[in-house]
Amino acid sequence: MDNEWVCITASTGSSQRPVASEDWPGRWDHLRPVLHRPGPMAHEGFTPGTPTEQFLMEQCKVLVVGAGGLGCEILKNLALSGFRDIHVIDMDTVDVSNLNRQFLFRATDVGKSKAETAAEFIMRRVPRCKVTPYFGKIQDKDMAYYAQFNVVICGLDSVEARRWMNATLVQMFDSDSPESLKPLVDGGTEGFRGQARVILPTISSCYECSMEMLTPQTVYPVCTIANTPRLPEHCIEWASTLEWPRAFPEQSLDTDNPEHLQWLFRTASERARRFNIPGVTFSLTQGVVKNIIPAIASTNAVIAAACCNEVFKLATSSGTLLDNYMMYMGNDGVYTHTFEYEKNPNCLVCGQMQLALDVHPMWTLEEWIDRLIADPSISIGKPSLRTPARSLYMQAPRALEEATRPNLAYVLGELLQEGDVVTVTDAALPVSLEIVVHLTESAATAHNKQ
Amino acid sequence: MIKIWSMKKEAAETDRKKPKQSAAQIRVQKDMGELDDLPKTIKMHFPDPEDILNFELTITPDEGIYRGGRFKFTFKIDGNYPHKAPKVQCTQKIYHPNIDLEGNVCLNILREDWKPVLNLHSVIIGLQFLFLEPNADDPLNKEAAEDLRSNCERFKRHVIDSMRGGYVNSERFDNVLVA
Repeated sequence: MDNEWVCITASTGSSQRPVASEDWPGRWDHLRPVLHRPGPMAHEGFTPGTPTEQFLMEQCKVLVVGAGGLGCEILKNLALSGFRDIHVIDMDTVDVSNLNRQFLFRATDVGKSKAETAAEFIMRRVPRCKVTPYFGKIQDKDMAYYAQFNVVICGLDSVEARRWMNATLVQMFDSDSPESLKPLVDGGTEGFRGQARVILPTISSCYECSMEMLTPQTVYPVCTIANTPRLPEHCIEWASTLEWPRAFPEQSLDTDNPEHLQWLFRTASERARRFNIPGVTFSLTQGVVKNIIPAIASTNAVIAAACCNEVFKLATSSGTLLDNYMMYMGNDGVYTHTFEYEKNPNCLVCGQMQLALDVHPMWTLEEWIDRLIADPSISIGKPSLRTPARSLYMQAPRALEEATRPNLAYVLGELLQEGDVVTVTDAALPVSLEIVVHLTESAATAHNKQ
Repeated sequence: MIKIWSMKKEAAETDRKKPKQSAAQIRVQKDMGELDDLPKTIKMHFPDPEDILNFELTITPDEGIYRGGRFKFTFKIDGNYPHKAPKVQCTQKIYHPNIDLEGNVCLNILREDWKPVLNLHSVIIGLQFLFLEPNADDPLNKEAAEDLRSNCERFKRHVIDSMRGGYVNSERFDNVLVA
């Protein structure tokens, strides 16, 4: 039995790895003390016993976003905690530089989809755990896809992807359907530092609420880059932001293209020589233009463990949740600090007032705007209206007002479709108001607040 | 599990919500609303009015050394706005200490001093300021900056020559005069 599980040395190729088809007896006994006994630390909604264990092992569906450094840890932790319906999304392929810490991948996997490779590995090691991979971008999937999960856990390296995931989950929440609340557990690491947070969309602070707390990316004054470089980074920035467009006006820089990186490295090195600046290396060039931060395997392990604990508690109520942000600092000793991020009332994602409004398809846009202005519960004066795809009517600047004025005469049935989300901005609103449009012949002036 | 979930396995909801505008789009829409009292010297143009993240701006200074010229810029705003500044580029070749021959602009609030509390209005006013008070201390076009610092009268003559589409130091500039 033991030999079957020693597979770290058997790493020459996927076909040679041992496969286990069944759990050994008592494999999940470690869950029993936690799930079958009451305890003073358990969440008030906790019911010890089999139904809770069954929910965890047979029903709970978890989405793991990212199968990289954090993702590998997360997938392993979830699978070994009893989750058996795991989906994983990642748009990347395995790179040789991942192999030092992304332990679900082997040298023979280089070039293959991370999501698919990781899913296969987990399923081979943990019988009856089903991992469904998707090799692609999170943006490829719509809300109906995300609605199937109980919880989403993110191990991403990009602010952009986090913002998208957060905004999507917040928008999915519908107060009439408690099932639409999808908790988001987000982990992040940067060298020896990391963070874990729990976001209950619309209930607790969301990712966007605290965007202003992010350390801004280092930006060098363009005049320093152009004239008085002092650091190797200045030379690399010069090559990428000023020299590349000059040398290749038709071609945009692709930081994943090794030839482009080589060119940047050579150009930056020449400049560094001219200004007598030491320290331009290929890896620094890569680091500056791709904004790479060194990854530490143990930081990933710490943060992934914290995140998976939260997912386990969410799924079982066996403990109180993290409220709501934990930071881990391992660069100067070991220190963690937990605090609660507050909701930002002006948050662009979760702080916007949302209304579901009935509108008549035969009203003109102008009539509708007049009705909105006349509505005392909205109290706006000069609203601008847009959908994601079009400018319906913009009060300013003048060029946009003129371009959108003809729309005022169109009827809403021509401009809008059922369910469209119209963003209204106005000087009287902190940021915006979102209106979910319901086209109906029986539209009156009344509306339902969400 | 936490109380919001029922113990029963329920079918995933199928009623699809439609996407709403991104945070960047919402913020730009809000910013646009505050551009209702731009000075007469500033005009905006939207090649595609449905796309508010990409537009053009012309500045026609009515005082200062650059009076009589019309200067064109493109604005490109990406999904990271307002956490990242908009990308602003001058589309003409002009003689200016803070704008290089490729149209890159050296304005602190477009780079190192950008803050999410700033908005499109601040950037537009900042750009106009560059034409009223060209600044020799943050040069992007070093020759022009040196020119301004050492001999202001000669610099003015060079600006006028360049705006006519003439040569300055054997470099040919674009004609930017208001017709």
